[in-house]
Amino acid sequence: MTTTPDQIKHDLINHDVINHDLLRPVGQASARFFLVVAMLGLVVLAGFSAWGYQLYSGIGVAGIRRPVFWGFYITNFVFWIGISHAGTLISAILRLANAGWRRPVTRCAEVITVFALCIGAMFPVIHLGRPWVAFWLVPYPNERGLWPNYRSPLVWDFFAINTYLIGSITFLILPIIPDFALCRDKFSGWRKTFYGLLALGWRGTQRQWHRLETAMHIMAIVIIPVAVSVHTIVSWDFAMTPVPMWHSTIFAPYFVAGAIFSGIAALIVAMVFLRRFLHLEEYLPSVCFENLGKLLLLMSLLWVYFVFAERLTIWYGNQPAEVAVLWLTQKGPYRYLFWIMVACNFGIPFPLLAIKKLRTITGTCIASITVVVGMWLERYLIIVPSLSRKFLPYAWGTYRPTWVEITITAATFAGMALLYVMFAKLVPIISIWELKVGMREASESMPSVVAVSKARPTVSERSEHETVGFKNSHRVGKP
Amino acid sequence: MSRVASLYTMCPDAAAAERTVDALLSAGARREDITVISSEPFDRYEFGQHEKSRFMPWLVVLGAILGGTAGFLLVSLTTKSYPIVTGGMPITPGWITGIITYELTMLAAILTTLLVLLLTAPLFRWKQEPYDVQVADGKVLVGINPQGDLPDKVKEVLKVCEDGAGGGIER
Repeated sequence: MTTTPDQIKHDLINHDVINHDLLRPVGQASARFFLVVAMLGLVVLAGFSAWGYQLYSGIGVAGIRRPVFWGFYITNFVFWIGISHAGTLISAILRLANAGWRRPVTRCAEVITVFALCIGAMFPVIHLGRPWVAFWLVPYPNERGLWPNYRSPLVWDFFAINTYLIGSITFLILPIIPDFALCRDKFSGWRKTFYGLLALGWRGTQRQWHRLETAMHIMAIVIIPVAVSVHTIVSWDFAMTPVPMWHSTIFAPYFVAGAIFSGIAALIVAMVFLRRFLHLEEYLPSVCFENLGKLLLLMSLLWVYFVFAERLTIWYGNQPAEVAVLWLTQKGPYRYLFWIMVACNFGIPFPLLAIKKLRTITGTCIASITVVVGMWLERYLIIVPSLSRKFLPYAWGTYRPTWVEITITAATFAGMALLYVMFAKLVPIISIWELKVGMREASESMPSVVAVSKARPTVSERSEHETVGFKNSHRVGKP
Repeated sequence: MSRVASLYTMCPDAAAAERTVDALLSAGARREDITVISSEPFDRYEFGQHEKSRFMPWLVVLGAILGGTAGFLLVSLTTKSYPIVTGGMPITPGWITGIITYELTMLAAILTTLLVLLLTAPLFRWKQEPYDVQVADGKVLVGINPQGDLPDKVKEVLKVCEDGAGGGIER
């Protein structure tokens, strides 16, 4: 049988190797995995215990007091909703832009969105004095004859977060279906049955592929304004209130930018860990970190711009109550946290990301970790100083978190890691079929290279080839 | 002429599948009877072009309009159900009605997309033929589900598919 150029291109994408490499973490569970799950599970258990203690004893065991009624819980709520912008929004933008390097990244990102949203949405409930009546937010005909107060931004949150959560889950699940079918075909025993059910009868007919791709395209278009609206509405929880430094028109874009900023940082950290512990070095090439690092740099600059614009306006306006909060954060008791925040969000990441030599995988990871810390501090500094220093002296106070709040906060980070680890064990964390499409397009874009390399390249050679392909993925058909 | 439920062959790549489909059509098979199954989408090939849908986005738009209307009615009608005298002022102003309407518009668009995909792909049909697990290894399945009798020439075409080892498999 003669070997045609089409077959050579097809062989470049060694399906066996890709399937083996990316299904390996799904099929195996080492002792280290169980150890990690046990450790994270213990922290999560401690968090649930602390919440149980709060439910039993009352909300008074938390540090929130008049006038600082929002503390760690709402800080965590805003932070995790922000982190959720890592996935769906970034993934949707990259899909619509047809950025070839997105292919190994999208699922890692979309998973973060779903889990971060679930964790973030828990906090208003944890914050409630009587969480068992949280369902009163749901608009349904009831015996009380009451409907939610639509003028409350918390009700807007309910609608926005639920829409985003449903959209994000859909956006995550749709491209997984073909990979579930792959798992069904590659595994045996109970796994075959399990993934067979999850694959929903997917076969891969051309009609199914077209419907899936059209649905993904529509979802990418719809989810972007939804994602923007979610953090806009979260910002309105603050901006609709006449509290010093909250009642500002800049809050909506400032929050959206901050959310994307922290989201990209969280995504990079997650990818570094995946790459290291699942041995996905060839599938998460440095070009992904390079490009995400550039995006992070852009968002860092945007963040500084918003902070400067917000603070300059308040300083120049010289409204006594607002300026008092301004100096409270910059020169007062919150100054250490403020300047640590600036260092974490700009001082450290800027050189690491702006200087090409430093923008390595390690460099972007360090920058991202500092950004995650810095953005949590930013949420804290938006909430607590403003509430502790309102317009009149009778409404001044302080806030100190208790062990209950600290434990629950730690548990959310452990919970996020635990959910992520479990997910990576159940589902291929890189979209296998999208990766194959990317590699095929890359090989098609370089016919001259393919034509001379009749011998099957090694995996590392393919990785190099793929990396070049990602960079040139828009140049389909050109040598 | 012989009567079969389904018949397929495994092609090594999309180009070979395209040639097989062309040969099947030349041999008298009907396009709607031919199924091409792959582990990745092949948008640029002729065999995939006939399955494209243009109605899906419009159904989503329709769903979004219905969702938006539901959102508007939810806010406006429920607030009117409060027995409060407001002197003609709305309990929920237009700005806020707009926010809820917007969110439910988007939610309906998302749900409609999901529903249309599930129904038209179609999914939830676990035992459909033809199928072969070699698809997972990158092979492209070209199959035929004849509605009536199958010309013998069509079976010959499947047997000479470029796979060599494959050939037609009768079900």
